[in-house]
Amino acid sequence: MHDVESVGVLEKKYSRRTFIKGVIATGATVSSANYLFRGPNILGAATLQSTTERLLTLTVNGQERRVDVLPNETLAMTLRYKLNLTGTKLGCDRAECGACTVLVDGVNQYSCSILTHQLRGRSVTTIEGLENADTGELSVVQQAVMDEGGFQCAFCAPGFVMSMTAMVANNPNVTREEARVALSGNLCRCADYDKILNCAMRAAELARSV
Amino acid sequence: MAEKLVGVNYAPPDLRAKITGRARYAEDFRAQGMVFMKLLLSPMPHCRVRGVDDSRARRVPGFIDIMRASEVNQPEGPTEAMLTDEPKYEGEPILAVAAESEEACAAAIEAIELDLEPLPFVLDPLQGLRPNGPNAYTEGNQFSGQDGWSTYKWTDADFAEVDAGRMPNPANPLVEWTKGDIEAGFAEATVIIEEAIVHQSVTHHPMEPRSTMAYWENGRLHAFVSTQSAQRTKMGMAGALEVDPEEITFVSEFTGGGFGSKIPGHTHMSLAPLMSRKIGRPVMHRVTRYEENYIGRARPGFQAWAKMGFRADGKCTAIDLMIVQDSGPYGAGDHNTASNIADITYTPGNMRYRGFPMYTNTPPKAAQRGPGGAQINGMLEPLIDQAARELNMDRLAIRILNAPTVEYGMGPRSQRMTSTRAKEALRLGAELFDYENKIQLSGQRNGSKVTGIGLGLSTYTAGSRGYDGLMVIRPDGKLYVYQGIGNLGTHSISDTARPAAELLGLNWDQVEIIWGDSSRGMPNSSVQAGSQTTHAHSRANYAAAQDALRKIRAIAARQLGGNANQYRVDNGRVLGPGGSMTFAQVAQRAIALGGEYDGHTLPGDLNAATVPAANMHVGTGLMGVARDNFGGEGGIYSWLAVFGLIELDVETGQFETKELVCATDVGTVVHPRSLGAQCYGGAIQGMGMAMSQRWVFDPQYGVPFANRLYTARPPSIMDAPRSMAWDAVGIPDPQTPTGAKGIGEPSVGAGSAVLTTAIADAMGGRCLCRTPLTPDLIVAELEGRPLPFGRLDQHVG
Ligand code: FES
Ligand code: FES
Repeated sequence: MHDVESVGVLEKKYSRRTFIKGVIATGATVSSANYLFRGPNILGAATLQSTTERLLTLTVNGQERRVDVLPNETLAMTLRYKLNLTGTKLGCDRAECGACTVLVDGVNQYSCSILTHQLRGRSVTTIEGLENADTGELSVVQQAVMDEGGFQCAFCAPGFVMSMTAMVANNPNVTREEARVALSGNLCRCADYDKILNCAMRAAELARSV
Repeated sequence: MAEKLVGVNYAPPDLRAKITGRARYAEDFRAQGMVFMKLLLSPMPHCRVRGVDDSRARRVPGFIDIMRASEVNQPEGPTEAMLTDEPKYEGEPILAVAAESEEACAAAIEAIELDLEPLPFVLDPLQGLRPNGPNAYTEGNQFSGQDGWSTYKWTDADFAEVDAGRMPNPANPLVEWTKGDIEAGFAEATVIIEEAIVHQSVTHHPMEPRSTMAYWENGRLHAFVSTQSAQRTKMGMAGALEVDPEEITFVSEFTGGGFGSKIPGHTHMSLAPLMSRKIGRPVMHRVTRYEENYIGRARPGFQAWAKMGFRADGKCTAIDLMIVQDSGPYGAGDHNTASNIADITYTPGNMRYRGFPMYTNTPPKAAQRGPGGAQINGMLEPLIDQAARELNMDRLAIRILNAPTVEYGMGPRSQRMTSTRAKEALRLGAELFDYENKIQLSGQRNGSKVTGIGLGLSTYTAGSRGYDGLMVIRPDGKLYVYQGIGNLGTHSISDTARPAAELLGLNWDQVEIIWGDSSRGMPNSSVQAGSQTTHAHSRANYAAAQDALRKIRAIAARQLGGNANQYRVDNGRVLGPGGSMTFAQVAQRAIALGGEYDGHTLPGDLNAATVPAANMHVGTGLMGVARDNFGGEGGIYSWLAVFGLIELDVETGQFETKELVCATDVGTVVHPRSLGAQCYGGAIQGMGMAMSQRWVFDPQYGVPFANRLYTARPPSIMDAPRSMAWDAVGIPDPQTPTGAKGIGEPSVGAGSAVLTTAIADAMGGRCLCRTPLTPDLIVAELEGRPLPFGRLDQHVG
């Protein structure tokens, strides 16, 4: 999935190479420290003198959120530790599992591998943003998962659900084989792949009927 | 009429939370003033910490404190401590640092200067058995509580046999058992199959790394833990911290898988509570994937020799099995289980087992889904096919002939089973797979692709007895079921309540499941492991439901007249000769009556841990509470027969699994969709274990190369078989009131076996007898090239 997404328009903005370049530009080294998190001020944390947070406005789940971010902070960390959107999971911290998948302008992306400061003016959707906030109505993908009893431990579920959301938006006529490819950037360690594909097919069916 | 619940699909009550982002796993909890903790992991496979200079670390902005091995319990012998000054594998935690941010933790850790004395280490257990081979411990390589440390080696003569490709005959095996007369068994045999086999170690890698958050408030610990079990993990944590279990609020609402690596929690879950106690702040210990690779446990690898004798009619008459096990630094019991499972699966009647569990300096081992069974079934199934080939017998027929019935007793003590439907599972699977026609495709070539047919039979424990059930019918008329089991994705928190709810004549929307938070009451429960829970807790809840039913009828008879036995329940009402009452009215009546009705008086035989849980709900409604006294004799085992079709590209060594069929004996099916998912999910995990997950070490420095998901790759959605089907024999287990046994474990060995046998089949019956089945290995074998490593070398991937 990653290779596919790196092609064309997205390459400039979100490829892993750009991510690494972004990190280098901020003066941080590409080491495990990139995946670490710095406590938010609201939790009473002090700041390291060497790095400075910058105030940024992000659009997350349709709302403008103002947040202080570090130059080397990943979107996953901003979401989880600063915006309290813990539905986005970290399974590997670096583009190996897809648990952290969110939508950026409707495209499924690994939030562990995007720097938050790259997202000025872009629109981010997380798992928390799929349900209708007023009516509690589930999205077609969420409803499909309920219908099919998808997932086991479900630590992979938010990521899969986001990838499926992008998939059915692109192609509500997706075949089971195409769904397999579209979801291949997400790993399910419980290997609940059969039910996941049932959910994908059901989601496409629901998407076609709305 | 109330709806039927057992055997019916439903959406588990926690599913909506899981797909809306509301489900909270351990790392999703926050607390005011929370700080972070990180571990300093050993860079060497075995060393002694001579000194730690943390002066620079202490000056890192945000640094709070450090915790050393001297501050945690250091058990005697080969037992794991939370932190150590003598690390026994690369990645073992030496110390912990707390800081305001994770980044500061890492900066402080990088600023710590360690003075380490490198010590000898051993990675490959067979190397450790060489006369002058290294030991994993400076004190030796064997430990007994009575005699302490000693050293056990084989002789040069033994290794001459090993090097010549024969099974050695070492003196004084570490573990040995026999049954029947093995000599007579082999004398009876027409065909004897003998192979040396290597099964690799495999890291568990559950999707959720083992993070913990903890804080203390007025002497009470609040712990948020990633664990398979719940009530039992709380007890484990209380023991590790030496606190009263009732002083812990233990939260584990959701766990992102464990596969055996988080059974009663895990050693390092107690570090965040300790650090929090030390610094007086809430502590988040976020474990990364990289760290998970080291501290997250692995399945022990085997180097084994198997000799199996078969009569002309295909009956297995003798097994001589010998296993050298990579036990890691802290031991594992897989090899023992493997020996028993070899016996019960192939019923030789005559068997000898010799086991050599060896400590090594590789990451710690622990039960991994079907521990021991998964390795042995995956390893021995291709040997059954070799025998069939030599005897010119059908591969299914030889399996049906050798599969056990309930009369066969397992292992040296001939342990009997409560029910054994292995033959039925094989027949059912064959039908579902269309075996008769599919087997004709075996060896068919299409371009460079050759079809291979895989078959396997696998078994594992599937139950236990004697736990407690706790439930309350409240004045709102609903049944509240309090679960002490964990929620790692098997749906057993709700599945095990369904037979109880059905007994009480309730619709599912009249039932609430309470789990994952000890402040809401957790009765004494089994650990969530060994596929026990469906059996153990459908029984425990059933016992509590029977208790509730008795009380409901007694109240109805008291209120409405007549005999209690004449009252029945349906749809949230109790009905009988004197009329009917709603459960809401019954609950109110129970509260008014007090005594045993609302839990003021509890049964005397409850397990001690249930009493405080029940006491939390005294007077809230009609309480059903009981110990599982249903009894029963013998082991509880479930079975899985698998069939598969692969296409092997003989030019590249790559293969694709086209079809997978699972047929299972689990007694009564409680939740069909979940059962199917356990069969497929476990089987695919087993395929990963046999195929793409790797365990490779640098022999020079003792450090692993395959330490992330992309190097130790679990199967992806692209690896899943293109077509899958499953079915269950569906004959209830006669010794449990719900008829249900667990599943989960046997599917891993089954999945592994389907690949090991299908690949051998596609290669004309040649058993590679080693995992992982990498394309290089397959191509080398097909081209008759020598392997770049020794036949029995371990950890070379
Ligand atoms: S956490 Fe981002 S891909 Fe795994
Ligand atoms: S359901 Fe457990 S990782 Fe997908």
